[in-house]
Amino acid sequence: MEKRYFQKEIETMPVDELKKLQSEKLVKQVKHVYENVEYYRNLMDEKGVKPEDIRGIEDISKLPFLTKADLRDAYPYGLMGKPLKDCVRIQSTSGTTGRRVVAFYTQNDIDLWEECCARAIVAAGGSDEDVVQVSYGYGLFTGGPGLNGGSHKVGSLTIPTSSGNTERQMQFITDLSATILCCTPSYAAYIGESFKEKGYKPEDIPLKAGIFGAEPWTEEMRHSIEESLGIKAYDIYGLTELSGPGVSFECEEQTGMHINEDHFLAEIINPDTGEPLPEGEIGELVFTSLDKEAFPLLRYRTRDLCRLTREKCSCGRTHIKMSKPLGRSDDMMIIRGVNVFPSQIETVLLNEGYTPNYQIIVDRENNTDTFDINVELAPEQFSDTVKDITDREKALVGAMRSMLGIGPKVHLLPPKSIVRSEGKAVRVIDKRKLHD
Amino acid sequence: MSIKQLSVFVENKAGKLKEITDIIASADIDIRAMSIADTKEFGILRVIVNDIDRAKQVLEDDGLVLSVTDVLGIRLEDRPGGLASIMGTLSEIGVNIEYMYAFLTRTENAYLVVRVADAETTGQALEAKGIMLLTDEDIRNM
Repeated sequence: MEKRYFQKEIETMPVDELKKLQSEKLVKQVKHVYENVEYYRNLMDEKGVKPEDIRGIEDISKLPFLTKADLRDAYPYGLMGKPLKDCVRIQSTSGTTGRRVVAFYTQNDIDLWEECCARAIVAAGGSDEDVVQVSYGYGLFTGGPGLNGGSHKVGSLTIPTSSGNTERQMQFITDLSATILCCTPSYAAYIGESFKEKGYKPEDIPLKAGIFGAEPWTEEMRHSIEESLGIKAYDIYGLTELSGPGVSFECEEQTGMHINEDHFLAEIINPDTGEPLPEGEIGELVFTSLDKEAFPLLRYRTRDLCRLTREKCSCGRTHIKMSKPLGRSDDMMIIRGVNVFPSQIETVLLNEGYTPNYQIIVDRENNTDTFDINVELAPEQFSDTVKDITDREKALVGAMRSMLGIGPKVHLLPPKSIVRSEGKAVRVIDKRKLHD
Repeated sequence: MSIKQLSVFVENKAGKLKEITDIIASADIDIRAMSIADTKEFGILRVIVNDIDRAKQVLEDDGLVLSVTDVLGIRLEDRPGGLASIMGTLSEIGVNIEYMYAFLTRTENAYLVVRVADAETTGQALEAKGIMLLTDEDIRNM
């Protein structure tokens, strides 16, 4: 019979038992942090909270938040819960949106992280009979090491291609019959495109599933990747601050990502007031890591906006599900006073028959924001008359305007003229920041 | 009776036209006629060449976006009023011109390339009125 869970007992644990487990872990973790992390102890003291005040998960909102700014202030060692001699690894973010985050791991932290990734692989149909190609970047970025470790834990044959060299990626997929591909969705789309160019049909590609994350992507992009590679595409979510990919993952039902609640306690708060919001409401996702030893963040504000639901899932997992983040508040642009998420733009492009390769350029001229989108034109969309192409541009601007509330300037470009990314795609170039 | 025209999407960037014409030149293809439509954002290079299949191949291999369109190649009478007369005929049969351009050959003849919505039907109507139209073979042999 098909193996559906990596750790059945935990993944399908009755909710009340799960909450009891979380409460026990939280009490212990708060004590560990208070005793070992001076930075957070100060925050708790300022708020007048003592470890004894936290008797279970219902007391979570008594604890102070941690934000990216705290991580910056405490850089590099200020939030460590273990001495360096107990740590075996660091991972780090790219640091594109400010100072890089450096997270520390004990061996136990790494084991638990890899187990989370293993759960995601098994949920995507993986087993020890599978060949898992990890085309996430390896190194400081958590994508490669996380899925690599997860794949080992599942017992799958792991192909550590890392990102880049698309020719070689395709060769390994076909020559070694890789069945599961792990990479960013934009790179998966690019690999799909490259296969198509070489004349491959989806059924000629041995892959059956893909686990894609580390950047926001839309349902439309999921369909387009699934079509081009002939696979089922699963979403995976995570952040370096908590471990890496595998904080949550999709099961076959694909109605949200199950949060690995035995390790991560999730809350949704009002991003403006910090007040907790009831289940089902959209707000900012906040995580408390219940097991992390070396880098134990409590109430860390992710800036990701999403909703949580504990509706019964047909996969049998009891862990709460989070919706695909609507966008990281970092990704949200405010253009002429209107909130714009790249994911909305992607949705319009795919609906209108364009590729998900695009670039948003925001700038400021004479104190007014300019908003441009570069879009690639597929060969079959090209016509010999100027009118047809300008009509296309107008239609696209109209569709954007009805989705976003403001109309961008659309520039249609030849295929492949927008630089492809092998890791996280660079979708937004906000030149306004250069002037401020 | 129509001829095939190749249109190439040209990004509005310095050197783009050179790149495209270099590709055509290095494949040893003769351009019989050309025109460029331009907007602020992009251009469309339209060419009539002696070997359209090869031209299409080499340009596509370079990743360019193109389309092949049927257009009319109309021989002009080389006299004052020659163009007006053709325009009159087109107007008589009630055809809208999307765009057009003219070219000369080594012979004494001048030609008009005319893009209409339906080249086939318009071509037949023009021929019925005794107007000479070019064929792809004529283009190859020019």
